[in-house]
Amino acid sequence: MNFELAPVATVAGKEFWDRIRSLWVLAIALLFTVFALAIAYFGGAQQGAVGFRSIGFTIASLVSLVIYLIPLIALLLGFDAIVGERERGSLDLLLSLPITRVELLLGKYLGLAAALAFSTLAGFGLVALVLARQLDLGGLGAYASFMLSSILLGCAFLAIAVLLSVVASDRTRASGLAVATWFVFVLLFDLLLLGVLVVGGGRIGGAALPYLLLLNPADVFRILNVHAIEDVGSAYGLATVFPPELAHDGLLYAALLAWCVVPLAVAAWRFRR
Amino acid sequence: MNGSSSGSTEAAAAVRVLGVSRHYGAVRAVDGVDLAIARGELFGLIGHNGAGKSTLFKMMLGLVRPTRGSVQVDGIDVGGSAFRAVRRRIGYLPENVVFYDNLSGYETLRFFARLKAAPETECVGLLRRVGLGGAARRRLREYSKGMRQRLGLAQALLGDPQLLFLDEPTTGLDPEGVRDFYAILNELKADGATIVLTSHVLAEIQQRVDRLAIMAAGRVRAVGSVPALRAERDLPVRITVEVAPGMLAGVRTALAVLPLELGETGGTTLEIAAPRALKLDVLSSLARAGSAIRDVEVREASLEDLFFGEGNP
Repeated sequence: MNFELAPVATVAGKEFWDRIRSLWVLAIALLFTVFALAIAYFGGAQQGAVGFRSIGFTIASLVSLVIYLIPLIALLLGFDAIVGERERGSLDLLLSLPITRVELLLGKYLGLAAALAFSTLAGFGLVALVLARQLDLGGLGAYASFMLSSILLGCAFLAIAVLLSVVASDRTRASGLAVATWFVFVLLFDLLLLGVLVVGGGRIGGAALPYLLLLNPADVFRILNVHAIEDVGSAYGLATVFPPELAHDGLLYAALLAWCVVPLAVAAWRFRR
Repeated sequence: MNGSSSGSTEAAAAVRVLGVSRHYGAVRAVDGVDLAIARGELFGLIGHNGAGKSTLFKMMLGLVRPTRGSVQVDGIDVGGSAFRAVRRRIGYLPENVVFYDNLSGYETLRFFARLKAAPETECVGLLRRVGLGGAARRRLREYSKGMRQRLGLAQALLGDPQLLFLDEPTTGLDPEGVRDFYAILNELKADGATIVLTSHVLAEIQQRVDRLAIMAAGRVRAVGSVPALRAERDLPVRITVEVAPGMLAGVRTALAVLPLELGETGGTTLEIAAPRALKLDVLSSLARAGSAIRDVEVREASLEDLFFGEGNP
C-alpha cells in the first residue's frame, strides 16, 4: 500500500485552518458553552428547582442537547467534503498531484474532525471551568467521559457525512442525504424500535432489540453517558432496556469508534473505484 | 496508426499512449489511441466536445484508468506504483479551474506547493512571473477570471515540471493575457519542457504548436505538424482575384486550361479553389493576364478546414 503522511497532514491542516479562519470553530464553541450553561442552571426547572443540581443531572441534560446538535453539526460540516471539490472542479487538480485518493479523503476527515473536536473541547471545557467548584473527582471523570464521547459522536457522524460526500453526485443531493441521515438516526430510529416493542408486546425480537441500539451511534452515545447515572436512568426510555451485560464503557466506546472507522473505510473503498 | 508513432518521436518520447481505450458502458469515449509526444514538443490536442480529448487528457494524467492500454510518462506507467515521482514532474492546469475563495493567491499556491513537495520559496517568484505579484495577498474572491487563470498557470509551474498539461489554458484571458501566456510557454519550451495543450481557439493554436492531433468520436483522426497535415490532406488553396471591370471573361478563359473550381462575386471578384499542386500554375496564369488583375490574395488551408472537414471527408 502506497501511503504517505505528509499529504494527509497538508490537506488536514488546510481544512482545520479554514474552519478556524471562518470563525466556524469559535461559533460552534460559543454555541456549546451558552447552551450548556443554560442547561446546567435551568435543566431542573421542570422539577421546580433552578440552579446547578448534581453533575449527573447536568450531564443527563447535556446529553439530550448534544444528541440532537452534534450529529447535525457534524453532518453539515462534512457533507460537501468531496462532492464540493468535485463540483468546484478542483478535485481533478488535487488528484493530479502526488496524493492518493485515500490520503485526500483521510486528510479531509482528520482536518474536519480536529475542528469539531476543538470546538467541542473548548465549548464544554469552558463550562467545566465554570462548574469546577461543584465537581469532585468522580464528577470530573464523568464529565471528561461525556466530552470524549461527544467528540466521538461527532466523529462518527462526520464519517457518515464524508461517505455521503463521496457517494452523492452533487452538493444538493449530498445535503439532502445528510438531513435525511440526521432524521433517521436521531428521530426515527428510536421511534421504530419503540414501535416494534409496543406492537409486538415485547415478544418480537425481544432479546435482540437492545443490541440493535448499537446500530445507532446516537443511542450508543446516550447509553454510554446515562447508564451509570442511577437516579436518571429511569427517565431515559429506551436506554433502560439496555441489558446490564452490555453496559460496559469499553464495549460502547468500541462501538462508537467502529462508527467512525467503518463509514470512512466504505467511503475510501467507493472513492477509489 | 495514422503515422502517429514516427521513429524520431519514439526515441525520446515524454508521453507515450499505447493502444488506450476507455469505455463507459457501451460508450467508447476513447477508442484505441496511440500517440507519442516527443520531449520538448509543444503538442496540441483538438476536437469537438465529446470527441474524447478530455478523457484522453485525464488518462495521460493518471486521473482516469484506461479500460485497455497504458500511458507512460518518461517510460513510467502513470497509474503505477511510481505515480508520485511521475506527478512531481507534471504540471496540470484544468479547464475552468476554481480555487478556494477564502484563500489568498499566495496561500493557494503554498497549499499546492506543499502537496507537490515543491519548495514554498518558489511561490512568490511564480506569482510575479504570471503577473500576480501585486495581488498575492488578496483573497481569491476578489480575483477576476483572467487572474484565476493566471494563478492556475502559476500552480501548474510549481516544482519546475518537465511536462505540462494545459486544458483550454487561454479561456478567460484577454488578448494581453494570451500574449503573456504564450511568452511564458515559449520560455518553458526553451528550457526543454514538454507541453500538451487543448484549445478550441484553432487559429490561436495553429500558430504555436509543433504538432497536433485531431480527435473525433474517440479516435485520433490525424497527427502531425500543420504544414504536414495540409499536404497530406491535399486541401485546396483558396485564391481571391480582384479583376478590372469588364475583364472577368478574359481571366476566366486564361484559367480554363486548369481543372479549377471557379466562383465569382460582384462581377469583379473571382474565387478560385486550386489543388495545392496547381498553386504556381494558377499564379503564373494570373501573372500572364497582366493589367486585367488588380489584386491577388492567396490563403492556405487553415486548421479550421482540417478540423471541420473531419466529419465529412
